[in-house]
Amino acid sequence: MASRIPDNKPNGPVAAALLAGGIGSALFGLIVFFAALSESFATALNWYNPVGPLSGKSILGIAAFFIAWAVLHAMWKDREINFSSISTAALVLLAIGLLGTFPPVWHLFGGG
Amino acid sequence: MEMTIREIWTTIHGMVFGFIFLLGFSGALYAVYAMRPEWLTAEGMKRTINLTKASVWALAISAWAAVITGTYIVYPWYRARPPEGTTDLGNFPRYLLLADPSTAEWHRFGMEWKEHVAFLAPMAATVVAFIVSYYGPTLARKVGERRAVMIFFIVSFAAAAAAGLFGAFITKAAPVR
Repeated sequence: MASRIPDNKPNGPVAAALLAGGIGSALFGLIVFFAALSESFATALNWYNPVGPLSGKSILGIAAFFIAWAVLHAMWKDREINFSSISTAALVLLAIGLLGTFPPVWHLFGGG
Repeated sequence: MEMTIREIWTTIHGMVFGFIFLLGFSGALYAVYAMRPEWLTAEGMKRTINLTKASVWALAISAWAAVITGTYIVYPWYRARPPEGTTDLGNFPRYLLLADPSTAEWHRFGMEWKEHVAFLAPMAATVVAFIVSYYGPTLARKVGERRAVMIFFIVSFAAAAAAGLFGAFITKAAPVR
């Protein structure tokens, strides 16, 4: 029965989405981390005063995610990609995003 | 039974969008986990995939709605600076928390973590929704892809849960009124 499920789609678009998720998360985490360490960098991210530096951080993080996705999708949409290495990279980048948003990590480096 | 406009938006942010995500997660995760050719017939998988697709997209949209309303509607009320000479900080939650050493960590750790980690939830959830939609029932045959989807989904949930938990605690300590 299971053999009737079609299995002919390239994995490129999936690899692109996964890696873009990792890139967006990691870049957001790094921006948050460096903003915690540098007051001037945080001030430069204050693009909308009621929200403060979180406005710049959020816009850059979201933009990185969607731009990376669009670029990678255009590159890989018809290709078969080594999924194992891409998913490992995406998970490492996701972990960087988690660490960058965790205040005790900032404190380790004198930020926050 | 009265609520201010700020309380209504705080409720929409946390108890509507955030709650939909947290509540719907386990069902959608199980639906992805259960997409195995040895567990379901091809016909059964085709029938359940549409519901799974709708669920993961609803979760991704609710996660985006929670962070956007939280950041751009509720958060400005939380972080508003009180005018010079203000003694009652009840309408300025950030400053109310920081004014007392016994509550300051709710802001310094709780809010600082919540406001940032929450953004990982919609990004990861969107990736999950796209992959489930792209492969459809074929995902059942993609072991590595399904595993990656589940890890992204669990991280998305963990980020949203941390944000939701601290949101509830902080609202208890210093509500946005």
